[in-house]
Amino acid sequence: MDSRTKEPFIHLTKRGAIPKRKAMLIRAAAVVIALIVCAIITGITTGINPLEVYSSIISGAFGSSRKTWITLQDVSILLIISLALTIAFRMRFWNIGGEGQVLMGGLGAAACMICLEGKVPNAVVMVLMLVSSLVLGALWGFIPALCKALWNTNETLSTLMMNYIATQLVLFFTILWEVPKGSGKIGIINQNSHVGWLPQLFGSKYLLPIVVAAFVTAFVYVYIKYTKHGYEIRVVGESPKTSVYVGINVKKVFIRTMILSGALCGLVGLLLVGGINHTLTDTISDGRGFTAVLVSWMAQFDPFAMIVTSFIIVFMDRGAGEIATNFDLNQSFGDILTGIILFFIIGCEFFINYEIRLRKHHKEA
Amino acid sequence: MLGFLAFIPRAIAQAIPLLFGCTGEIVTEKSGNLNLGLPGVMYVGAISGVIGSFFYENSVGEGDVNAALAVLIPLGCCILGSAIMGLIYSFLVVTLRANQNVTGLAMTTFGVGFGNFFGGSLIKLSKADLPSISLSKTSAIFRTQLPFADDLGWLGQLLFSYGFLAYTAIVIALIVAYVLKKTRTGLCLRSVGENPATADAAGINVTAYKYSATIIGCVIAGLGGLYYVMDYACGIWSNDAFGDRGWLAIALVIFTLWKADLGILAAILFGGLYILYLYIPTGMEHMELKELYKMIPYVVTMIVLIFTSMRNRREDQPPQSLGVNYFREER
Repeated sequence: MDSRTKEPFIHLTKRGAIPKRKAMLIRAAAVVIALIVCAIITGITTGINPLEVYSSIISGAFGSSRKTWITLQDVSILLIISLALTIAFRMRFWNIGGEGQVLMGGLGAAACMICLEGKVPNAVVMVLMLVSSLVLGALWGFIPALCKALWNTNETLSTLMMNYIATQLVLFFTILWEVPKGSGKIGIINQNSHVGWLPQLFGSKYLLPIVVAAFVTAFVYVYIKYTKHGYEIRVVGESPKTSVYVGINVKKVFIRTMILSGALCGLVGLLLVGGINHTLTDTISDGRGFTAVLVSWMAQFDPFAMIVTSFIIVFMDRGAGEIATNFDLNQSFGDILTGIILFFIIGCEFFINYEIRLRKHHKEA
Repeated sequence: MLGFLAFIPRAIAQAIPLLFGCTGEIVTEKSGNLNLGLPGVMYVGAISGVIGSFFYENSVGEGDVNAALAVLIPLGCCILGSAIMGLIYSFLVVTLRANQNVTGLAMTTFGVGFGNFFGGSLIKLSKADLPSISLSKTSAIFRTQLPFADDLGWLGQLLFSYGFLAYTAIVIALIVAYVLKKTRTGLCLRSVGENPATADAAGINVTAYKYSATIIGCVIAGLGGLYYVMDYACGIWSNDAFGDRGWLAIALVIFTLWKADLGILAAILFGGLYILYLYIPTGMEHMELKELYKMIPYVVTMIVLIFTSMRNRREDQPPQSLGVNYFREER
C-alpha cells in the first residue's frame, strides 16, 4: 500500500448477516438509551422526577383491568394496520395510505349501519358492513397500485394524497348524516336498536379486535412465508428485474397485494366503527395509519415482532394520557417521548446494518 | 368584481405558508431526500418563534417593544428550531442511512407533539382564559404593511397589503428557482438528487450537499410556520390550528413538478382552493358540499401526479434517487 494515501479515520462496511441475538441486543440498548434521554428531557422541561413519570406511564397502561383491556384493544388495532401495510412493504411498495384505507372501511360500515337500519335483518346488515368496508378499503389500495402498475406513479405520494381525499369524503358524509342537524357529528349510530353493532365475544366488549388481530397475524405470517403469493411478493421486493426474469407478473402482484392490504385496513375501519366507537368521525383512525408504518418498519416487517413494537407505541401513548392528567401536563408530551424513542430506534438500525472500523495504526518503518 | 378582489388577498395569505413549505421541500427533495417530516418541521418553526417572542414580550411587560428585536428574536428562534429539525433528519438519513419515510413520519410525530406541548405549556404560563397565546404586539410588527398600500385603492390591496414575510416567501422561491436552474451549485445539487454515485464520481461532496439542502429546506419551511402564527393568525397560537398545511405543501411540490417559480402561482391557486368553499354559495341546506370543495386540492394533485407519470417526460419526473439513500461502497 502506498503510504502516502490517507486512510479515512472511520471506515464503514456493510455487514453481511448479524446474529439475531446481537441485533436484538443493539435494539434493546437503543431503547434503554432513549428512555434515559427521555428521562433527562422530562426532568429539564417539566421539573418532574422522571421515575415518577415512568411509573405513571405504567399505571396509565395497566392501572386497572379496564385500562389493560383498552391497551390490548389499541395494540390489536394498530397491529392489524401494521400487518396490512407490511404485505405491501415486503414488495417495496410504500403504502402510506393506511389512514385513508381505514377511514374508507369505516365509512362503508357506517353507511350500512345508517342506511339499512330497520330495512333488512341485523345479520344481513352485518354481512353487508363487512363486504362494503373490505371493498372500500381495497378500492383505496387498488387505485395507487393500478397507477403504479400502469404508469409507475410514485406510490408514496399517491397514497398520501388518497388519505386526504378519504378524510374529506368522510367529512362530507358526516355532515350529510349528522345528528342533530348542525352539530357536525354523527353521534352514536343506532343507539337504541344496536343494528350493526358487532357482537361481543364471551361477554367482553374488548375481545373481538384482539381475536381478529391474532388471526390476521397468523394469516399474514403464513401468507408471506408459505404461499406462492407471498413468495412472489418477496421476490418483487428484493429485485423487480429478477421477478420479471422468472416470469412473475409484477403488475399483477402490485395490484393483488395492495387490494389485500387495503382490505385489511378496511377491516380495521369496520372494527372501529362497528365494534368500538359505534360512530364515524374523520379522526377515527387517529394517525394510526402513519404510526403503523413506523411499527411495521421497527419490527423489520416481521409479523410477530410487530406485536412487540405496536405494544411499545400504544404503551407510550396510553401512558402519556396518564402523565397528562397526573402532572397537569399536555397530552402531546407523549408524542415527544415517542418521537425521541423512535429516533433512537431508527438510528440504531445503522449499527446493525453497518460495521464501523476505526483507522488502524500501521507500524511502518 | 369586488368579491373577487377580496378573495385574492385572502387566497394569497393562505398561500404563503404553503409556498414556504413547498419551496423548502423542493430544495430538500432535489438532494434526493424525501422529507415527510415537513409538517413537524413547520410546527417546530412556528412554536420556536412563538416561544422566543413570548418571553420577549413578557420581559418588556407593558412597555413598547423594540421593533427590530421583536422581529429578530422570533425569526432567529424559528430558524434555529427548524435547522435543528433538519439536522436531526439529515443525521439519521444521510449519516446513519435510515429509511426516509420512517424518519420523516417520526419527525412529524415529534414535531407536532413538540409544538402542541410547548404551546400548551405557554398557555398555562400566560394564565389566559382562552386556550391560546396572543402575541399581538409582535404580530402587529410582522403585519406592518407598506405605507402606501392604503393610498392605492384596490391595487394596493392586491399587491401591497401583506407583511414582509409574504414578500420574503416569493423572493426565496424566485432565488431557489434561479439557483436550481442557472447556477453551478444548483446543477450539483440536482445531480446529487438524480444520481449520487455519478455526482460522487464527479467530485461533488454528496454528504455536504444533502446536509445543507435538507437544513436549508427545513429553515425555509419553518418560516412558513412562523408566518402562519405571526401574520395569518394575528399572533395567536392555539394547538393544532396549523392543521394539515404541511401535507398540502408536500402535495404542492408534486403539483408544481419540483419547480420553485411555478410554486408561487400554484401556492396561490391552492390557497384559493383551500378557502374556495367560503365563497361558493351552498346555502344552509347543503353545508356538506363545502367538504367536497375542500377535497379539490388533493384530487387535483393526484391527477397531476398520475398525468405526469403517464406522459413520462424526463423533465417532469421526481428526482431519480428520491427516497433512496446513498452508500458509496454499495454497488
